[in-house]
Parts: sequence; C-alpha cells; structure tokens
Amino acid sequence: MVEYTDTELMITRAARELKNDDTVLVGVGVPNLACNYAKRRHAPDLEMVYESGTIDSNPSKLPLSIGDPVLVTNAGGVVPMLQGFQHYLQGGHIDAGFLGGAQIDKYGNINSTVIGDYDDPDVRLPGSGGACDIASNTDRTFIITSHSERRFPEEVDFVTSPGYVDGREGREELGLRGGPEAVITDKAVMKFDEGGEMYVETLHPGVTREDVLDATGWEISFADDLGETPTPDAEGIELIREDLDPDGVYTGTSD
Amino acid sequence: MTVVTDMADAVSSALSEGDMLYLGGFTHLIPFAAGHEVIRQEYEDLHIGRATPDLIFDRMIAAGCASEVTFSYAGNPGVGSLRAFRRAVEEGVPNPIEIDEYSHFGMISRLSAGAQNLPFVPLRTFVGSDYPEHNDHIRMVENPYESEPEEIPVVPPLNPDVTIIRAQRADENGNAQVWGITGDITEAAFAADTVVLAVEELVDEDVIRSDPNRTIVPGSVVDYVVEEPYGSHPSYAQGYYDRDNQAYIEWDEISQTQEGIEEWLDEWVYGVETHADYLEKLDTGQFIDLLPKSNYATPIDVGDY
Repeated sequence: MVEYTDTELMITRAARELKNDDTVLVGVGVPNLACNYAKRRHAPDLEMVYESGTIDSNPSKLPLSIGDPVLVTNAGGVVPMLQGFQHYLQGGHIDAGFLGGAQIDKYGNINSTVIGDYDDPDVRLPGSGGACDIASNTDRTFIITSHSERRFPEEVDFVTSPGYVDGREGREELGLRGGPEAVITDKAVMKFDEGGEMYVETLHPGVTREDVLDATGWEISFADDLGETPTPDAEGIELIREDLDPDGVYTGTSD
Repeated sequence: MTVVTDMADAVSSALSEGDMLYLGGFTHLIPFAAGHEVIRQEYEDLHIGRATPDLIFDRMIAAGCASEVTFSYAGNPGVGSLRAFRRAVEEGVPNPIEIDEYSHFGMISRLSAGAQNLPFVPLRTFVGSDYPEHNDHIRMVENPYESEPEEIPVVPPLNPDVTIIRAQRADENGNAQVWGITGDITEAAFAADTVVLAVEELVDEDVIRSDPNRTIVPGSVVDYVVEEPYGSHPSYAQGYYDRDNQAYIEWDEISQTQEGIEEWLDEWVYGVETHADYLEKLDTGQFIDLLPKSNYATPIDVGDY
C-alpha cells in the first residue's frame, strides 16, 4: 500500500483525464502538476498552453505563476495575448482546460469574482482572468478543489465562468463550446449527467456517501455503479515528490 | 518626435490629474519603477488600468492615486489576494474606487478596439456569465449575417490618455523589442494618446534593425523613452532577471494593513528619489540570485539584399 496525500491523489486522478493528443490550457499550482504528471506518464505529446501566450511549454521547474519565464524558455512558441485568446482559444484549438474558484454549483458554474453582493461585497475575489474565456471556448474543463459546503453551494453568488448554466440544453442554446467534464476534490470525483447536473462517480478510499453529502450544499446524487477512486502508484508518488514538486510547494505534508 | 528622458520627467510631462493611465505588460515586464514614480508625484485622481493589477496597483491604490480601476485579474499571482485593492473595494480604504472589470479576453479586446479605432469588437465570452449584468460596457449586438450566433457580445474601445510600457531594449527613436511574453504591450501602446517606454537597455539603431521581427512597438507611437535597468523589479524581464518571488510573498505580510503599506512606501518609494536609489537599497545577494544563466537563441539569417 503506497502512502499518498489528498493532493497527490487529486493530481494523479486529474492527470488521467488528459489524452496524449490533447492541447491543454494549464493553470498554476495543482493543475500544472497534473498536466506535467500526465506528460511524464501516459501523454508525452500533451501540448501545454498557458493563458500568458506560451505554446507547448516545457518548464524545467515549477512555474510560480502563469507568466513565469520558465514557461518561455524551450517552449514551442510564444504569441501575443490577443492571438492566444482569439486564434487558440476562440478558434477552437484548446481541448482541455483547468479552472478554479471559490464556489461551484451543481451545474458546474463557477464563481471567482465575489462573495456576497457585487456592489457591496463581503469578500472581493480576484475575478475572471482567463477563466470565463476558457469556460466558454474549451471542449472539456476540469475543476480541482477541496470539498466543503461553503465551496459547493446550490447556487453561486456570481457566475464568473459558465458551466452548464441551467442544464446541458441551456449551455447549448447559448452557443457555448464543450463544458465541464469532471470535478476532482479531496473526497470524490464528480461527473455531469445527461441534464448537466453534477453526480458522484467515485469516492476516494475511506470516504463515505455521508461525508460527501455533508460537504455539498445540495442533495447530490451518486452513480448507480459508484466506485472507488484509483490511488497513485509508487512510481507516480516518486515522480511528484522528487521531480515535479521537490520542495513540496503544492504537495507538502501540511495539506 | 520621441524624447529620451528620465522617468520623473516622462511622468510629469505625460500624465495629468484625472487621466486614464494604462500600465502594459501581461505578467512580464511590469512597469514597477514607473508606478513608484506616479506615487512619488502624488497623483490622486487617476483611472488606472492593467489586465493583472499585481503589486504595483496595490501600492498605487494604497497611496491614494486611483479613483477607478479597469482590470481582469486582481490577485497577487501565485500568492493570494491583493489586500489594498480589496480594502478599497470592500471598505473604501484609503478611498473608494470604482471598478470596471472584464475577463482577460474582454480586456485585450477593449485595447484592440482602441488600437484599431473601432467602436466595438465582438468576442465569444461573457454569455452565460453575470458580467453583462454588472458592466454596462459589455453589450450584445445582432449578427447581420445569416450565421450563428444570432447575437454576440461586444466591448467598446479602451483609449488610455497615457500608456506606460517596458521592453528589454529600444533605440533612441523608441523602436521597442521584446522577447518572452509579449502580452498586451502592442495594443496598449497603439490605443493610447501618449506612450512612455522604459527599457532595460538603450541600444544603437543598428541593433534594432538587425532583427526587425522582434520590434513590437514602433518608435512612431512612442513619445518618451527612458533607460531604466531593473525597472520591473520585483516582476521580471526575460533573459535579464527573474521574478523576486520573496518580495511577492513578503508583500502579502506588508499589505495586511494600510499602515503597513504606508510604512513600506515611506521607506521604498517616498524615501528614495529615483529607481536607481531604490536598487541601491536592495540586498545585492538576493538580486544576484535572480539573474538567469544565459541561453542564447540561434541567430537567424535575414539575408543581405
């Protein structure tokens, strides 16, 4: 039995969602680790694009932000911001993208703008960055986050990045490309049903249905064939700890 | 006509109270030294814009320079919140600010419309989000053609009174060359009435003309050129110095209170006369750690015709 942290499980599980021929719009932190993990294990040709305009980046160390110079050195290309958003993203060249946020609702709509009222906020968050653009123009989007009732309310305070809006049909009618594919938390992996509503596909080892229900702001449903999330192997853990995040910036035992 | 001068003169000549000031450089080549000079000159009613406000806007907001902020991602990149920005929005400290916000695509589209002298540009974003409801600049127009979608969001031009950008090098005419992330620099320059360009190195015109593809802003749109090495610290300049991540982490602590920022500004901005004085105050050892090893691009053959 290999020992692993919640974050390491989330990295290895998220990496499985990426295919060898995908072009992925990467974020920093855990998504960056998941993408680099996939590239080193099963998807060597994975093309990593960052919203700062670096194309096919090959970072030699952990980037500290989406604009880190390590994403430029040895990249396949660098394009101006306008071209990145117009040609690559809007033009339909991004297969997969990672999103984060303070709140996610049952249709995968994400809030990273404000807690409370927009004009009189309780907490002002950073805002969209490229998130709304990625959520609107990518075939498959992924969310990696911790699992709590505060983070999974029935309705978000503000829709920064549209998921299935009010259901798959709603998203389609609005002419948005793709949609949310999976939500990976420290308790479970969620997918979206035919109507565009989130359901639990697998529980992590040691997590119960009650744990997930308690940490979710609505009566989330479970797959008929509810399974257990696959755990990292020894080789994977070694790759993360020795190579991808040797200083434990994102995977430290404090997690 | 492009004037070569110092930052204090460029800022006081170019910038008037009440102006819209855009600081270019998307996560790279952030004009920190220029922002510090704006603080030193005690402007207090500027409409400031940046896609990523970063620490420089946190400082300008805490110093009371801003009455309005246009932006698309207001965080301390890789670290967390911009605390002064949040205090201004949440509590009106030190003064209330109006906010005008977009996604990154919305932001660069506004600059692009401004650079092209267009009344608006269409883009596939914002549909299904709550932004149009809260920002009247984001509107829908009907597609005049028989194609999908029937309606598409548009954003209007952003035409700064003054844009300040940085580049690795330029000649005295202001022909600016950048490598690494080029971001919003070209659009921000073409959209503005007045452009201040600060560079790591002022070079001979021959150097620029030896590699014309690398010029991303022509001197014809630049009004003031300032040679200011390390003027992006604690941000970075590709091939010159890395981001001073320790400074970004320390800012999270310094910016916990308005008083903390005021003390920092007293020492590092008001307490020095120029960016050169600021550099002298920095820990040299820490700075040397930021210098990357060299990694030269293979020269290209432009051809002699």
